[in-house]
Amino acid sequence: MTEIKQLNLIQAINLALNDAMAADPKVLVLGEEVGDKEEGGVMGVTKGLSTRFGTDRVRSTPISEQAIIGAAIGASIGGYRPVAEIMLMNFMAVPMDMIVNHAAKLRFMSGGQTNVPIVIRTMTGTGFSTGGQHSDYTEAWFAHTAGLKVVAPSTPDDAYGLMRSAIEDNDPVIFIENLPIYWTPGPVTCQHVPIGKAKVALEGADVTIVAHSRMVVEALAAAKTLAKEGIALEVVDLRTISPWDRAGVLASVAKTGRAIVVHEAVKQFGIGAEIASVLSEELWGQLKAPVRRLGAAFSPVPFSKPLETAYTPAAAEIAATARALMSA
Amino acid sequence: MSNYPRPDAATLLEIYKKATFIKQNDERVIKQMMAGKLVTPYYSPRGQEIIPSALSVSLDDDDYVCTIYRGVHDMLAKGFPLGEFWAELAGKATGSCKGKGGPMHLTHPAKGMMVTTGIVGSSMPIATGLGWAAKLDGKGRVSVANFGDGAANIGAFHEALNLAALWKLPVIFICQNNRYAEHTSFADSTLLTHLSARAAAYGMPGVTVDGNDPDAMYGAAKLAIERARAGEGPTLIEALTFRFNGHLIGDAAPYIPKAELEAAKALDPLPILRARLIAEGISTEAALAAIEAAIEAEIDAAVAASLAAPFPDVTELKRDVFAEEIA
Repeated sequence: MTEIKQLNLIQAINLALNDAMAADPKVLVLGEEVGDKEEGGVMGVTKGLSTRFGTDRVRSTPISEQAIIGAAIGASIGGYRPVAEIMLMNFMAVPMDMIVNHAAKLRFMSGGQTNVPIVIRTMTGTGFSTGGQHSDYTEAWFAHTAGLKVVAPSTPDDAYGLMRSAIEDNDPVIFIENLPIYWTPGPVTCQHVPIGKAKVALEGADVTIVAHSRMVVEALAAAKTLAKEGIALEVVDLRTISPWDRAGVLASVAKTGRAIVVHEAVKQFGIGAEIASVLSEELWGQLKAPVRRLGAAFSPVPFSKPLETAYTPAAAEIAATARALMSA
Repeated sequence: MSNYPRPDAATLLEIYKKATFIKQNDERVIKQMMAGKLVTPYYSPRGQEIIPSALSVSLDDDDYVCTIYRGVHDMLAKGFPLGEFWAELAGKATGSCKGKGGPMHLTHPAKGMMVTTGIVGSSMPIATGLGWAAKLDGKGRVSVANFGDGAANIGAFHEALNLAALWKLPVIFICQNNRYAEHTSFADSTLLTHLSARAAAYGMPGVTVDGNDPDAMYGAAKLAIERARAGEGPTLIEALTFRFNGHLIGDAAPYIPKAELEAAKALDPLPILRARLIAEGISTEAALAAIEAAIEAEIDAAVAASLAAPFPDVTELKRDVFAEEIA
């Protein structure tokens, strides 16, 4: 039996990168400060990689996001599997041309002659008062782009497994890491997690919560509260945002008849709209209440602590919405 | 430039063959469009033929090339198959990209044509990545980034050239300065006289050459390629040329002063090279006429095949988005 390690998300992603680089010499890592000379990333996610695998394969770059993603795309077309780090999700706006017009589209536009097997790691999330340009969730931009896959783990085990799958995937994968849950430990089985497959994080009969990244943690906290009130939440962790697990989510909501889609991104035009729409189209007549969406306020992420707290969906809001659905 | 390697007679003839192939093909594309037999956005490379022709005689099939929407000349010079080119322009299933890319995204990895982009400035970061792959492979392969004078003012130019120089990558940056960025003149885009001056800012060699002069272009390209193959890093070549047609076919280019255009056309490099080949005894009128006729016949066949070919099935919308077909 394989040993099950207790690791936090930083350690789990680091282990996945180590294992992937050891398994395949074509796997490369690049980005600002990823090398050990620069401390292995601002959060230490890539710590030790350049020492173990050399600075030819693990390259710190200048602050040049377009060149980072361009270099990753070019190297991938040339036969490599680069894992590029864009330090923060807001910085993804800088190389959007490389991501959206090139990484996502080259396979289709070339009629399948070329493909772009890259992973773009990026971190984000409210909770540290980092304000309007350091903590946004912009997953809808990427999920709205044909040709990109988007994953967002909430546990160390899924972080390991999704990273291994993302690196081995033959298409570009955006890998979203949440800052506040980086240090939460959990068991890591070192198994691949398939892209496109959700996980029932908690079984329950009454209301399905569809969430990803840190909102899974909030949903599980809400479930704990509601259990004392006799309301059983079923928490579905999407894990992959695009392509999302329609069958898995539909099965859960068909069972409970009630659904709340929760994300940390602003509610307007967020991925919750797509999921809620599909649930309504497919389960019309079976639903016991309208599908609800929870997301951040429609404003830039604020700095001041009370504003930041109010901006972000949390367990109490999820619990209140579930209660309302039960009495609808 | 006196130290430049010069093309021998056979190479000069090869450059002419490539250049006249590009010119005749360009004229046929425009003819088909004007006759209503081809509907496509088309960015004519007429006037810029010598640059890729004099470059590609020093490249191997597995050397990488990235180019832009005005890149038909770059592709044909590198050996892009003509049948697949015409079928792609016609949006047919037999096109190089199955009709999914069109003229702005022509791709043919077997000849090293890795990426054609419709975004000004985006060839440079990707060619830099291909240069990184080539360096890691260690087989002496080089990567060429083609772009125009307009692209030299985009931020990606700075990021890509800086990274390529820093990492000493085998990349040749070829700025085809055709004097107009879409409708805007070179003088209205930068205060510089020569864009090659920017190379110094990245610590790489930069040179400005007459891109319409096969000797100068061949020499500058060969030196840069040899330098890259030897692991000495990238070079920026500014190849001076002129765009004889509008930005797009259909654009009459009123923003180009008539005298400027006429002066450039009077120096059309194709007839000049043709006359030189005969004057220097490298070829004869009869031999060149035969070459031109053979090219015309090859184009005839490619055009006919493209017209007869089927359009892609609509199920293609579900393929090549991802490796897996969309359900």
